[in-house]
Amino acid sequence: MRLIQFLLTGILFGIVMTKSEAISWFRIQEMFRFQSIHMYGIIGVAVILGALLHFWLKKTSLKNSLGKSFSFKDKPPLYKAALFGGTAFGLGWAMTGACPGPLYVLFGHGYWIIGIIILAAILGAFVYGALKSFLPH
Amino acid sequence: MIDFISQPWHWSFSGFMIVVVMFILIFLGKRFGISSSFKAVCSVAGAGKRFEYFRYDWKGHDWLFVFVIGTIIGGAIASTVFASPEPVAISQATISDLAELGISYPSNVEENPGFIPLDLFTFENLATARGIILMVLGGFLIGFGTRWAGGCTSGHAISGLSELQLPSLVAVVGFFIGGLLVTHILYPIIFNI
Repeated sequence: MRLIQFLLTGILFGIVMTKSEAISWFRIQEMFRFQSIHMYGIIGVAVILGALLHFWLKKTSLKNSLGKSFSFKDKPPLYKAALFGGTAFGLGWAMTGACPGPLYVLFGHGYWIIGIIILAAILGAFVYGALKSFLPH
Repeated sequence: MIDFISQPWHWSFSGFMIVVVMFILIFLGKRFGISSSFKAVCSVAGAGKRFEYFRYDWKGHDWLFVFVIGTIIGGAIASTVFASPEPVAISQATISDLAELGISYPSNVEENPGFIPLDLFTFENLATARGIILMVLGGFLIGFGTRWAGGCTSGHAISGLSELQLPSLVAVVGFFIGGLLVTHILYPIIFNI
């Protein structure tokens, strides 16, 4: 029962990603060429509304579904990792035209070739885990 | 109802709906982030035997696997039940730029709904340098980079920025450095050889 909630949320996310067109390789091309407000508008609205949501959640006395207060852990202050890792991901984002969420959604559309990209991403995560101690963080 | 959902959504509504998904996950006691799934797959496959990074309680991530299966099902539903009548309406400027690279834009949804460049992303193209760079190297960098940075568009750009986390801002700057390099330098090179 607990897991069904996440299945339904995932289904909603897959529909939202498709209808927002954030899964489109062409939209990502357009974004990195600054030729439309579309992707910036989506991310901008999500960040502004998300910031208001977090601001409210930190003040509210409401509890989450587990009966606990809302708490948020700070991201670790690993600025080199954020910059270098972020740049590596940015290269991959523009090459494939998709970030991780959209990869799964596109696979669900029946574009089986995307399965190759997902496998390559899993390999990339594995190589990162193997080389972690040699990389700047 | 189905017709209403099926039309292309305005970006402001899409941004709002992403926050709805993020709120549901927070309410269920989780953090919005997809790229952890790549690490979790490695852990399930036993990578923790060799490397410390993969040694964690991945069973606590069972929800993430279920969420990912949901996104795949959501994609299947959206591409059939809620399919748009028109291809993704990108700007004329992008259509012209892509035409210069030899990539044509679909004129109708029967040809291509406009989610991926169908003549570029094919199994046959895995035998070409261009295909290997765009699909295999691109996918590799997505997994490698998101794990190094500790998040992707969902974890850093949406949740991280909306929590006002400074490392997330640095990561998003990185996303754009990488994306701009590929779009403006790599694409002209690999499409003109």
